[in-house]
Amino acid sequence: MRRQSPLQRIQHLLHSHPALSPLAVLVISFIIFTIINPSLATPTPLSFIFQQVAVIAALAIGQTLIILTAGVDLSVGAIAIVSMLVMASLSAQQKLPGILALIIGVIVGTLCGLLNGLLVTRLRLPPFIVTLGTLSIFTAIALLYSGGKSIGRQQMDPLLSWTRTPIPIGTFTLTMGVIIVIIMALIMSFVLSQTAWGRHVYAVGDDIEAARLAGIRVNRVLLSVYTVAGLIYGITGWVAIGRAGGASANAITNGNLESITAVVIGGTSLFGGRGGIVGTMLGALIVYTFNQGLSLAHVDAQWRVLAVGLLIIVAVSLDQWIRRVKA
Amino acid sequence: MTTASSDFTPHALSEEEQTTVGLGAPPVLAEPSKTVLSGRGLIKTFGKVVGLDGVDIDLFPGEVLAVIGDNGAGKSTLIKALTGALIPDSGQVFLDGQEVHFRGPQDARQAGIETVYQTLAVAPALDIAANMFLGRERRRSGPLGSILRMLDKGGMKEAAGKSMANLGIATVQNMGQAVETLSGGQRQAVAVARAATFATKFVVLDEPTAALGVKETGQVLNLIRQIKEKGLPVILISHNMPNVFEVSDRIHIARLGGCAGVITPKSHTPTEAVAIMTGATTLQKG
Repeated sequence: MRRQSPLQRIQHLLHSHPALSPLAVLVISFIIFTIINPSLATPTPLSFIFQQVAVIAALAIGQTLIILTAGVDLSVGAIAIVSMLVMASLSAQQKLPGILALIIGVIVGTLCGLLNGLLVTRLRLPPFIVTLGTLSIFTAIALLYSGGKSIGRQQMDPLLSWTRTPIPIGTFTLTMGVIIVIIMALIMSFVLSQTAWGRHVYAVGDDIEAARLAGIRVNRVLLSVYTVAGLIYGITGWVAIGRAGGASANAITNGNLESITAVVIGGTSLFGGRGGIVGTMLGALIVYTFNQGLSLAHVDAQWRVLAVGLLIIVAVSLDQWIRRVKA
Repeated sequence: MTTASSDFTPHALSEEEQTTVGLGAPPVLAEPSKTVLSGRGLIKTFGKVVGLDGVDIDLFPGEVLAVIGDNGAGKSTLIKALTGALIPDSGQVFLDGQEVHFRGPQDARQAGIETVYQTLAVAPALDIAANMFLGRERRRSGPLGSILRMLDKGGMKEAAGKSMANLGIATVQNMGQAVETLSGGQRQAVAVARAATFATKFVVLDEPTAALGVKETGQVLNLIRQIKEKGLPVILISHNMPNVFEVSDRIHIARLGGCAGVITPKSHTPTEAVAIMTGATTLQKG
């Protein structure tokens, strides 16, 4: 082995373990905020962070998949809203059984993802443009479909707001929605790291030509990624009904950008091929720890926005530096 | 290899031909049943541009066949037509004497033909073992593999290590190392090792030394010899005359969409090869 400078060693470490840097940021920021206001490290604010982060974290799982393929999805929040409104109104207005309304809502989300995937693979349009277009389309559909009205959870089948059911774990209180998101994260993390499909997702994002030459059916992988992401957004719509206490076309409008923020801060490269779900979950937690920590420190909410902006720049610069790793 | 040289008989130049260096007779075409790969009358046009003008080519068991030619001479088009990356307008391709119709590179791969592309078809962020098995991952045995579809990561790492060792690649030890942390020569070694591991018929190397330094070029040439030793024929596309003359048994000279002749490093000198390649000399038609 050649001698490496300490900096090179750090670079190599971060290169092989991309989730380390967001983990460090999370731990350090948590410690700092706890020093400023020790009440952060108590069950109530911590439980609150988890409940708050659930919807964005769920969207960010799907977003991670797409960013790993060197794409980006601007329509995440819009798809979740469409699913949410479909399931809510099928139950509240069409009086469909809760389970049927839920399944149809999730299927609609999946089809929205499939449409994105078809546009990306068949028309060969850049994902940014495709999802910028479908963002408007899905948002308009949601508004037209709901007539701009929101549907309270009392009007729907209890199954649709089941995701708000509190789950006490020791002194913490999570919700069913949080548990669903954690399960989704675990499943996707497993699939990405342990299956051939997961490996192909990375390969396609890493070097699409190399993946094609290695015999990977690149378009099929991309199509499946967008479809699975749609499925995840559909389920997120269900989680969001529980979180918001109802369905509304204005529910998760911050989801598009915040999910990308979580993915990028979580160490997944916007250029594709590296990163993962664990980092994304840490990234989402970082954003909401800042949120909670700064509010407990009685700092103006705008500072959070500024801090998150800085974190994005730092995270992307770090990614660029790690990419330059040498043998 | 003795077996290989006897198979060359239809192509080897006779004593008297060898005395007329530079004016050897064009080879008598072999029976496709005696070759690993034969192309007959391959034609491919791109609009008005003629890519292949009725080319014949033979690859014999155990040999290294170099394909040389100027830019635009039809080297790449020829190789693509043989490996399914392009479908020729007309002509036949025989693999082990059987006519084949590849509709894509995947068909050729399935038939046991592996190609190492000039653009190094490796995914930089994936590790060596992952690259080696990219597109043909192994799953674990039992329900972990069949139901959970888990990859046999350990097994693939071990197998990757073995094939690298078989080819005498000792500079890379850790199969879990990302390919982007390797040098250019080591990356090329991974790509070549992958081809050699999965090929059952022959290996095509497209300009494998183009981007490499002297030492690394030497290592890749060694790899080519190792593959030959394993009994796998190799088609080597190259611009580099010293490399070609160092490792190849026969040299197919592509020129203007056709074939200007097939020579051997013994029958001709690199200078003559270049002269034939550029059209300064022609091989006399027998």
